[in-house]
Amino acid sequence: MKDTSMTKNIKISANNIDVYYGEKHAIKDVSVQIEDKTVTAFIGPSGCGKSTFLRCINRMNDTIDIARVTGHIAIDGEDIYDPRVDPVQLRAKVGMVFQKPNPFPKSIYDNVAYGPKIHGLSRNKAELDEIVEKSLRRGALWEEVKDRLHEPGTGLSGGQQQRLCIARAVATEPEVLLMDEPCSALDPIATAQVEELIDELRQSFSVVIVTHSMQQAARVSQKTAFFHLGNMVEYDETDKIFTNPEDPRTESYISGRIG
Amino acid sequence: MSLTLPLLFIAALSVGGFFIARSRAQSAAGGDIRKLASLPRQHGLNTALSTAIPALFAILAWLFAARLLSYRDAAPIWVPLAIMLIATLGFILSIMRVSVTFRARTAAEGWIRSLLIGASVIAILTTVGIVFSMLFESINFFSQYRWQDFFFSTNWAPNFRGNSDLGILPLLWGTLYISVIALIFAVPIGLFAAVYLSEYASRRTRSVFKPLIEILAGIPTIVYGLFALVTVGPFLRDYFAQPTGFGDSASSVMTAGLVMGIMLIPFVSSLSDDIINAVPQSLRDGSLGLGSTHSETIRQVVLPAALPGIVGAILLAASRAIGETMIVVLGAGAAARLDLNPFEAMTTVTVKIVSQLTGDTDFASPETLVAFALGLTLFVITLALNVLALYIVRRYREQYE
Ligand SMILES: Nc1ncnc2c1ncn2[C@@H]1O[C@H](COP(=O)(O)OP(=O)(O)O)[C@@H](O)[C@H]1O
Ligand SMILES: [Mg+2]
Repeated sequence: MKDTSMTKNIKISANNIDVYYGEKHAIKDVSVQIEDKTVTAFIGPSGCGKSTFLRCINRMNDTIDIARVTGHIAIDGEDIYDPRVDPVQLRAKVGMVFQKPNPFPKSIYDNVAYGPKIHGLSRNKAELDEIVEKSLRRGALWEEVKDRLHEPGTGLSGGQQQRLCIARAVATEPEVLLMDEPCSALDPIATAQVEELIDELRQSFSVVIVTHSMQQAARVSQKTAFFHLGNMVEYDETDKIFTNPEDPRTESYISGRIG
Repeated sequence: MSLTLPLLFIAALSVGGFFIARSRAQSAAGGDIRKLASLPRQHGLNTALSTAIPALFAILAWLFAARLLSYRDAAPIWVPLAIMLIATLGFILSIMRVSVTFRARTAAEGWIRSLLIGASVIAILTTVGIVFSMLFESINFFSQYRWQDFFFSTNWAPNFRGNSDLGILPLLWGTLYISVIALIFAVPIGLFAAVYLSEYASRRTRSVFKPLIEILAGIPTIVYGLFALVTVGPFLRDYFAQPTGFGDSASSVMTAGLVMGIMLIPFVSSLSDDIINAVPQSLRDGSLGLGSTHSETIRQVVLPAALPGIVGAILLAASRAIGETMIVVLGAGAAARLDLNPFEAMTTVTVKIVSQLTGDTDFASPETLVAFALGLTLFVITLALNVLALYIVRRYREQYE
């Protein structure tokens, strides 16, 4: 899935980010420029801070009492840590998909309609129906669930649940989609479906995906960042990272010597 | 002859048996315990249990048989002798079985199993026994008093010279009225407190407030009753009932309901708190991640997910309210009345059970026996509520496992 066009806008610009959990220094001076309409993968051994860094981008770390973030992150040039920015509004713009599928104990329809209802994205039921259908189609789930929209979302299979969560995130019309190991709880077939979906989502969003599977990073992403012990060691074209890394630590990780 | 002697005998023999079997096992092994199929202390345990358990079961069997046969004197001499014989037999047989190859560990396992089964059987039998004793007395009552009058008469006027009106309806009405008022106070406050504690409070605040609320649960209900009598009752009378012309009684449904509500707050809040905490964090993250606020997340995701459990908690609280007595006596009085006015004195089933059984009573008259019929009715109602609550709570658990 190579991308040939070289001129891409910078969507997210993170500079000198440090994150502390109480005394623990989890992210150390990380700077990264993430492009629009691109899939960017974060790889690295478990506990190196990939999820922590991802959660800085939609300020989910604000919901953890002991977490403290310093540095600057701008989306489309706007500082998201500016005091005037409402993190709640920000999270509507920056969707997130979690490691374990977490559909709400509501119907499939209500799961997808949740965000649009909260943010008032529809004027009437017909518009809401339309949003739900469109989102489920973008989540590659519509055909499978269109006859049982009012059954509980928790009754779907794991892979379907995760696509439901993607559809739910897409329904609020975000500009950036963050995915934290979205396939780690799925079987290989469901994983393949979600990966295919991620490639399609790239047409509309800037996608950032955390994965511990290097094969997955190689399959779905155009850019890859390698994290190690809270540092971002290397960030480059995915092909380059996997064939010709600059840093010896990246080299040993992708050849299986650390992690 | 009492059963104290056999009990002491069993205890001594089984403790002694432990040490004897252990040292026999050690000497059988000739100093090298690796030769033994089971460790010396396991032989000891087996002997101790073989001595004690059959003999203890024999004691229970005797007590049970004596009760069934209505045998009220002290046990005849052969009973303690037989019990001691059983213990001695267990002791001797198990000591004789001590050998290098005997698997005492497995044998002890069997005894432990029977001990555990015995404990659960006792728990079940006592419950069954309670129900039956109520049932017998109730049947006795209904043979002297028409059940139609008991269940459908709207008048409660016991008269110890006979010819009483014993209609349960005014009592049930008082019970339900007071319980509903109690729940109307306790449920919102307890639930909001639980939401605050589990969703908003910092860890420090939580560690202070949660025990404080739970202390409320440890106050004896008679103390709540006194509070109702000297503080809440007069207050409600002077500031609400009298100015609005609702009456001038300090004892009232409102007083008892309010104080009972206070009693139930910690009960509702600590159960709800546990249930809200059991809602997976991933659901909250999912909702927050879609850009909803904290309170939207609670209202639209956390509470709906916790709802079945919360309903279960409320039903449990309701069954406590229905069974409460002290607060009602001191707060609502003892007058049976079918009335809508919440500032009027009324009373409940439990209060009347107590008053029918205290004082000069003749255990054959319907005026006394009615207490058992009242108790049985109450038991059936709370049992139904508890079963419903357990059913709902269980369904809720399955959802997340
Ligand atoms: N909520 C938290 N509280 C305290 N420490 C945390 C928390 N979340 C993560 N950490 C710590 O921060 C480090 C990075 O964690 P994380 O970002 O989850 O790593 P990764 O996603 O790469 O496996 C780990 O050492 C972890 O223990
Ligand atoms: Mg992680």
